[in-house]
Amino acid sequence: MNPLLILLIIPLLTIVGIAFVKDLTKVRLVSAIGMSGQLIFSFILLYLFYQQRNTGNTDDMLFVSTTMWYEAFNIQLKFGIDGISMAMIMLTSIVTFAGIFASWQVEHLPKEFFISLIILAGGVFGFFISLDLFTMFLFYEMAVIPMYLLIGLWGSGPKEYSAMKLTLMLMGGSALLMVGLLGIYFNSAPDGGRLTYDLTEIAKVNIPLAAQLFFFPFTFIGFGVLGAMFPFHTWSPDGHASAPTAVSMLHAGVLMKLGGYGCFRVAMYLLPEAAHELAWIFITLTSISVVYGAFGAIWQKDLKYINAYSSVSHCGLVLFALLMMNETATTGAILQMISHGLMTALFFALIGMIYGRTHTRMINEMGGLMKVIPFLSVIYVIAGLASLGLPGLSGFVAEMTIFVGAFQHTDMFHRMATIVAISSIVITAVYILRVVGTLLLGPITNNHYLDLKDAQWFEKISGVTLVIAIAIIGLTPFWLSDLIREPLAQMIQTLTN
Amino acid sequence: MNWSTLSIMRLEVLLTFMVLYQLIADLSEKENKRSVIDFTIIFFTIITFIGFLPSENTTLFGSMYINDELRVFFKNILNVSTLIILLQSTGWLNKPENQSKTGAFYLLIFSTLIGMYFMISAGDFLMLYLGLELATLPLTILAAFDKNLRRSAEAGIKLLMSSAVSSAVLLFGLSLMYGVYGTLHFSEMALLTDASTLSIMALIFFMAGLGFKLSLVPFHLWTADVYEGSPMPVTSYFSVVSKGAALFTLALVLYRVFGSQPNVWTMAAYILSITTMVVGNLFALRQKNLKRFLAFSSITQAGFMMLGFVNSDALGMNTIVYFMLIYSLSNLAVFGVLSIVTNNTGKENMDDFNGFYSTNPRLSLIMLLALFSLAGIPPVAGFFGKFFLFTAAASKGFYILVFIAVLNATVSLYYYLLVIKAMFINKNETPIPNLPSTGYEKLALSMCFVGIVVIGFVSALYDYVMLVVG
Repeated sequence: MNPLLILLIIPLLTIVGIAFVKDLTKVRLVSAIGMSGQLIFSFILLYLFYQQRNTGNTDDMLFVSTTMWYEAFNIQLKFGIDGISMAMIMLTSIVTFAGIFASWQVEHLPKEFFISLIILAGGVFGFFISLDLFTMFLFYEMAVIPMYLLIGLWGSGPKEYSAMKLTLMLMGGSALLMVGLLGIYFNSAPDGGRLTYDLTEIAKVNIPLAAQLFFFPFTFIGFGVLGAMFPFHTWSPDGHASAPTAVSMLHAGVLMKLGGYGCFRVAMYLLPEAAHELAWIFITLTSISVVYGAFGAIWQKDLKYINAYSSVSHCGLVLFALLMMNETATTGAILQMISHGLMTALFFALIGMIYGRTHTRMINEMGGLMKVIPFLSVIYVIAGLASLGLPGLSGFVAEMTIFVGAFQHTDMFHRMATIVAISSIVITAVYILRVVGTLLLGPITNNHYLDLKDAQWFEKISGVTLVIAIAIIGLTPFWLSDLIREPLAQMIQTLTN
Repeated sequence: MNWSTLSIMRLEVLLTFMVLYQLIADLSEKENKRSVIDFTIIFFTIITFIGFLPSENTTLFGSMYINDELRVFFKNILNVSTLIILLQSTGWLNKPENQSKTGAFYLLIFSTLIGMYFMISAGDFLMLYLGLELATLPLTILAAFDKNLRRSAEAGIKLLMSSAVSSAVLLFGLSLMYGVYGTLHFSEMALLTDASTLSIMALIFFMAGLGFKLSLVPFHLWTADVYEGSPMPVTSYFSVVSKGAALFTLALVLYRVFGSQPNVWTMAAYILSITTMVVGNLFALRQKNLKRFLAFSSITQAGFMMLGFVNSDALGMNTIVYFMLIYSLSNLAVFGVLSIVTNNTGKENMDDFNGFYSTNPRLSLIMLLALFSLAGIPPVAGFFGKFFLFTAAASKGFYILVFIAVLNATVSLYYYLLVIKAMFINKNETPIPNLPSTGYEKLALSMCFVGIVVIGFVSALYDYVMLVVG
């Protein structure tokens, strides 16, 4: 059996397990066991992946298995991974693992909560291992739809509004995407022959330019909505602010990466000529995203809003780097996806934990938390420093690579866009340091805070896992860039030819 | 007329026996009709199974009546849907005020079903018309079945009037066709079809006539009131079986008779599809009564069905049939839950469903899946039906139409989510209590549930549809 299928079977078994157990502790236990298993299996998969590569297997995709599903439309259950998807799978399993522990204290309908959460994660895993556009789309929608209940039921604030807005905007995005995918499908065999949804097959085909130009915007914007590209980002701040902790983590950490990944792997890779022709539009939009998101974060008072806007900025940077279409910048983009995934998950986890103690997320109502909850505060500072790109943490590696790559373009337009995007670093520093300053340092503003307890064991698991991952990428980024180098080189070659 | 004829028309014959049985059973003085219900359901289950037995591809009565695999498949879909509705209706029939109506209810349902069989099997427009009338008239009585309720009586009259008008329109189309071609036989007409102005007009009138039954916009005006006024099993019969029969008939006529002149009707389908989707959606957005809500939602779904007709190849018909099959199961699941609620509490507003999940988790979950299926969310069956339907339209290059349709699907997701929100998220001091349901109702819901969950993953079903459509 294809080992990739285990990535789908474990969540499925966990869901069945949760459905059959009775009380709260068991629900937690089963979810934790399931997702720990998933994390362990991801490491095993990584090992197998390296083993394959070391034994000289140089195929683009490893662990490929193909089963015909709908013969009439040539829809296959085709799974396989390369270095990029491997990295994304690692990210997803780490964030999901941390997410389960961060939502340890969910007591309202816990069964339903964990089931929905794991469906979401399962959808993401399915998306990353799919090599068939149809199944990819299927998993994409499967990952998005549980968000409605997750936010609507367990969220806070104007949760019903946010849940509806998020779901409809993302589904609107998938409406665009569907048209794009159908367009790609019907142009996948311009010289006659069998139409196909198979990603690797379509990549070998030259889709006529007119069709590429027509369908590229549909596909790119379709995924771009999920990647919070300006001006389709408005679901993101509201959605993240209202979502419960683990959902924000998974959503900002992983689900938004689906957008970037899809933009690259589907829109740009399959429609390369159109990507070149139309890149300027989207480079403009994403530079706006980067700066606008950062400015947006400055004005916010709510911790979650700050982080949501900073996600818009950082995810904008991912798309920006991808559109630069050279190897350095795209390497940076993938690194940024992983790095942002980890640190934003960490941020949201910490915000959830702090909110659980102080019952407010307004930064001006809090202060001096470093003195009462040092563990959480220190981790918060680490996340903040990673976010503003301190060397030694993952953010630095990613952003540095992106900007070096982007600056390799010598024309005026790319230079200008890059300079605009770089300016976001400064703005990021402003809002991160402001938060750290008012929230963690300074005098304790509220005597009630003196009784606060520091992190509990499950919170420590959640936080420490993510910090370790961030530090590993920051200190030894080469193993990650090695992992993604070959597939990137090959994809960039397709893009530039 | 001999034994082989009888065996070919076995479904019609058996149903006629059912009708006669109802007449006789109604003579008995017994107050309790439980045994009639049991017998009817068992007998109809047998009929449904018989429908799946292989049968001969042939024509009867000078090719007035056609029997082939495709038509049998259509009848089977209608049979299964009707069976589910019969199972669902047990709760309603068990209510004391309805017990005396049991025989009449079954009688009328089976009469219309015979009519629909003839519509589908027709090899001649006159036969088709005959079937159509037989299918419609009992429906008007069924709509007015709660005769003491004003709105039910209103529904009956409304349906009677509008179906009279639609029949007139359809007949006018038929008379034009006869004028153009000099025949009403399908097989003869298929060879003669052309794109003359008169024949286009004839076809448009014909489509308008059937459009009433399918409740396509602008022929939909009766739908909401009739759905709201009719008793619950009848409403679900309208939205699934009656609609299915009309859709299958339309598909047979357009693809089989006018198949060589696709330009004549694909454009009509294009326009009807857009108007139906958009108007259905806009009205569904603001409905508070779930029956009206489902009326408009089913109008929207009819718009999606019309989308398939822009593809005049076999692919179009495949996907239409496949979509209808999935739509039937999803809609029946929604109606199944709704009818359990209305039978026990008399409530049918969206607000009444607030907090429904806290008391009836299973029913809520089935409703959730069914609504997702209607909205086209994976992994439930609706996603596949909708995706393939859109594929059919896109294969002819109608990407803009597909885009409009997918946007409409997103809008429809909004109002389906409103129901889900009511059930799962909204708080309620006094939610609907945990409802008892009869074994039959449970069976009906389980059938729908299994169908919705499993169908998408079983590609063999689509392959079978492809095989019979040919």
